[in-house]
Amino acid sequence: MAKTLMQFRQVSLKFDTQEILTGFDLDIKDGEFFTLLGPSGCGKTTVLRLIAGFEQPDEGQILLDGHNIAEQLAEHRPINTVFQSYALFPHLSVFDNVAFGLKMSRTPSTEIKPRVMEALEMVRLAEFADRKPAQLSGGQKQRVAIARAVVNRPRLLLLDESLSALDYKLRQQMQIELKHLQRQLGITFVYVTHDQEEALSMSDRILVMNHGQAQQVGAPRDIYESPANEFVARFIGEINIFDARIEQVVSIDEQQGRYLAYFDQGNMTREIVSETRFEAGDKVKVMLRPEDLRIEFLEDAPEKPGFIGEVQERNYKGKTLDSQIKLKDGQLILASEFFNENEPDFDYKLNQKVWIDWVHGWEHVIKADLL
Amino acid sequence: MNFRRLIISVTLAWLTVFVFLPHLLLVGTSVMTPNPDHLVVWPVTLDSFEKVFTPLYFSVFWHSLELAAIATVICLMLAYPFAWILSTFNSRTQALLLFLLILPFWTNSLIRTYAIKILLGKKGLVNATMINLGIIDEPIQLLYTEFAVIFGLVYLLLPFMVLPLYSSFDKMDKSLLEAGRDLGAGTVQRFRHIILPLTMPGIVSGSLIVFLPAMGMFYIADLLGGAKNLLLGNVVKNLFLVARDWPMGAAFSVIMMLMMALMLLLYVQANRLVSRKGGLHDSNL
Ligand SMILES: Nc1ncnc2c1ncn2[C@@H]1O[C@H](COP(=O)(O)OP(=O)(O)OP(=O)(O)O)[C@@H](O)[C@H]1O
Ligand SMILES: [Mg+2]
Repeated sequence: MAKTLMQFRQVSLKFDTQEILTGFDLDIKDGEFFTLLGPSGCGKTTVLRLIAGFEQPDEGQILLDGHNIAEQLAEHRPINTVFQSYALFPHLSVFDNVAFGLKMSRTPSTEIKPRVMEALEMVRLAEFADRKPAQLSGGQKQRVAIARAVVNRPRLLLLDESLSALDYKLRQQMQIELKHLQRQLGITFVYVTHDQEEALSMSDRILVMNHGQAQQVGAPRDIYESPANEFVARFIGEINIFDARIEQVVSIDEQQGRYLAYFDQGNMTREIVSETRFEAGDKVKVMLRPEDLRIEFLEDAPEKPGFIGEVQERNYKGKTLDSQIKLKDGQLILASEFFNENEPDFDYKLNQKVWIDWVHGWEHVIKADLL
Repeated sequence: MNFRRLIISVTLAWLTVFVFLPHLLLVGTSVMTPNPDHLVVWPVTLDSFEKVFTPLYFSVFWHSLELAAIATVICLMLAYPFAWILSTFNSRTQALLLFLLILPFWTNSLIRTYAIKILLGKKGLVNATMINLGIIDEPIQLLYTEFAVIFGLVYLLLPFMVLPLYSSFDKMDKSLLEAGRDLGAGTVQRFRHIILPLTMPGIVSGSLIVFLPAMGMFYIADLLGGAKNLLLGNVVKNLFLVARDWPMGAAFSVIMMLMMALMLLLYVQANRLVSRKGGLHDSNL
């Protein structure tokens, strides 16, 4: 793996008396696309401001290339930010906004024009070069802000929800452009987003945070398939969580263990697999994504052990059909199945009684006390 | 809607009675012939304007411009940092400081000018303090100098400079300074390329609001500068009240008004030029 570019060591920050970050660690590798994901107000922008140098940590160290940069002023850091509020200079044209950083670094003027135009072309705003920010739409402003930061080719590019104002198509184009930039120029990206789908598709690694604390760091797939705790599981996409108790350890090898688990809810015992080691008697949470579930139509046939519930709502989502199912004890379950017109069973009626199973081995199990 | 119409009509009536008509009278007076008995008589003539453009008046004119310019620059230099700092306080402190700034307006400016007179006199507070501190042995002449006039102008006009500047600073989005830092602009560059252009409207309107009255405040020059024709305002006052040459006094006033209009026009034009430009080739960077 590449070397570390930016590192936080036990960083804490307070505003007045409110703790915003506590003992926060961060480790961003050179050249990676790193995403901060978390609910509103959890401190994402604050982390970016610390990296950029607009805030100083109360405690802890911030290292760039292994050197403490506490003393280095924001204007001297090889870091550029795409601000959440754009912060375009209202008195300068789009061109001059984008050229600002190059002029500050005394780039030869013959070089400025082609580079600015190149950046504006990347964000598809070349023909808007002469406009003032006030004459642009929200999405156009956002793209100017991206061009203004990118044009400086920083070591580290900070993007604070920088695609949020764009429509679906433009957003996808910009995602591709940004990924392209990251690979072409070797710029390291720190990206903040609310949109977990975007985070999953673009990032090399994701840090999920909540209340100023890191919850989990990992590749998108790890985060999605093996959430470290319930918060992460619930924050990244939809998930169904069932309580269970380990009854028996079936087998354990180097990779994973097989266990027999008892589910109160369905009054059933099932075999589960997990990379985590458990002992008999452990309380666990079994997590299943909506697409892991399989639904079986129950006629008046005698009930069998398992999760049984009634279909409450169905939403056709294009490729999939999402059903909300209410279990006997009231828990709501979300199941998502690929749409198949030829299957007669598929079109459940409302209040239809169903039996829910899942694809064996797709469950993710964590210890209950981790929650 | 009716309320709106009422407000507009009242405003228009007010402007007509107290602004348009007096100015019309002024312009009318300026092209009449002076007369010792009847103040103004027919026929219409441009003689008064011709008399204004004589070397004697030109030097008064120039001197007045000079004093007003100095007062304006001093006001600007004092008000700019003040307005800047003011805009960084929390809103309660801002309100309090603004209140203190306009508090003196509750006292008539003539009375405040007399107060300055006492302050700067031979036995005034300033001389007394300097003697007590051993800086000087004898009281020095402060009153009836140009220094006193400038001092008075600055003192009376400073709030008029602060208010438009404050409003410019207040409107300026502080996150732009962070964006500037982010893009590598140091303190001086941030000032030159962000703060200064964004507060330029405040600088210009503040300067205009200070500069023109500064040329006209005859009582300052009368009380603090002695009975010399220091400011254009003194000339106008004397023409009206002493020489009783109303057309010429009016001609002077008209010229001052034209100057103000010209300056405003220049400012608007310059603004338009800057905003139309600012493209690929040049920029205000
Ligand atoms: N200047 C400030 N003074 C006091 N508190 C602040 C300040 N800036 C942010 N906060 C608080 O710090 C916390 C984290 O804010 P931050 O802006 O980092 O959140 P965020 O994760 O970026 O949220 P969002 O997704 O809504 O942009 C919030 O509780 C916020 O109220
Ligand atoms: Mg934020």
